Amino acid sequence: MAGMIALILALQLIGEALVRLTGAPVPGPVVGMLLLVALLVLRGGPPPALSRLAETLLGHLSLLFIPAGVGVISYLGLLADRWLAVTVTVIASTLISLLATALTLRFLLNRGPEDSS
Amino acid sequence: MVELFEIWVYLAEQPLLWLTITVSSYALAQWLFMRARRFPLLNPVLVAVTLTVVLLLATGTGYDTYFEGAQFVHFLLGPATVLLAIPLYQQLQRLQRQWLPLGVALLVGSVTAIASAVAIGYALGLTPSTLLSLMPKSATTPIAIGVAEKLGGEASLTAVFVIMAGIAGAVIGIPLMRLMGERDAAVKGFAMGVAGHGIATARAFQHSEQAGAYAGLGMGLNATLTALLAPLVAWLLGL
Repeated sequence: MAGMIALILALQLIGEALVRLTGAPVPGPVVGMLLLVALLVLRGGPPPALSRLAETLLGHLSLLFIPAGVGVISYLGLLADRWLAVTVTVIASTLISLLATALTLRFLLNRGPEDSS
Repeated sequence: MVELFEIWVYLAEQPLLWLTITVSSYALAQWLFMRARRFPLLNPVLVAVTLTVVLLLATGTGYDTYFEGAQFVHFLLGPATVLLAIPLYQQLQRLQRQWLPLGVALLVGSVTAIASAVAIGYALGLTPSTLLSLMPKSATTPIAIGVAEKLGGEASLTAVFVIMAGIAGAVIGIPLMRLMGERDAAVKGFAMGVAGHGIATARAFQHSEQAGAYAGLGMGLNATLTALLAPLVAWLLGL
């Protein structure tokens, strides 16, 4: 398990370093994720210890967003005069984007997913 | 009473107290969500954040003090993102056949997320600076803040909008997909990841591992696409 934790941290570190070096608009951990996918392809799958680690952490992904979410209190004052307009905008826009993405993907997948290969 | 107060003063300065509260508020919110049969408005992130904010305001605790404890949880976001590779790998065969539909859906989702925010915000009378801060709201925080700064928006506002969009995506996502009669976990997850980044991805994982995998993919791809598209949309609109 310790080896797996070291591997994950190292991949994140490499990801962050690559992003700093290249200035690419990708989060460092996402680069780490892509590197891990590549490693898994080379290896032909994750070892059980890594799967367990992923299951544990990803099963409680919601928990990890709480500190950032609470950070909103530092900026509540900034929104005092326009919180309603801003809230309506964010909710409506997120709804539209959800709909547009899902409808497009559904339409294209139902046209025959086998054709595109 | 004085002694109790002194214990409080001591504990309130220790990271352990706010770390405990972060994890406890999540455990409580998660329990409530399950008890309420996953009633969308009782989303665990929304409930836990609200509880914690109320507690911080009630005790007059600043975010800096809170974060000294909460940072240990916050830190795990990076490793968790790297670990998204495992569910993604499990879907790789299916993904290889779907790259074109996914790519087009990503483009449509990313453009509508950016453009609809500007259009609705404009109609509601928001200032150009607020509109620019709203544009990258569906991308993950570090990317969104970078984009907002580059466009001349307010980074701190963007940080708030990103959280709001994520919670909105997590709350609306599953009920909307049910309303649409959507059965494919790939469609549900991908849309949630594109529109609501990591927070909606977390919700997708509670729905199914497959939805979570596609959400993680949508989140990663949209972070990059938003960074490329938002400046273009801003330029086109003359913002």
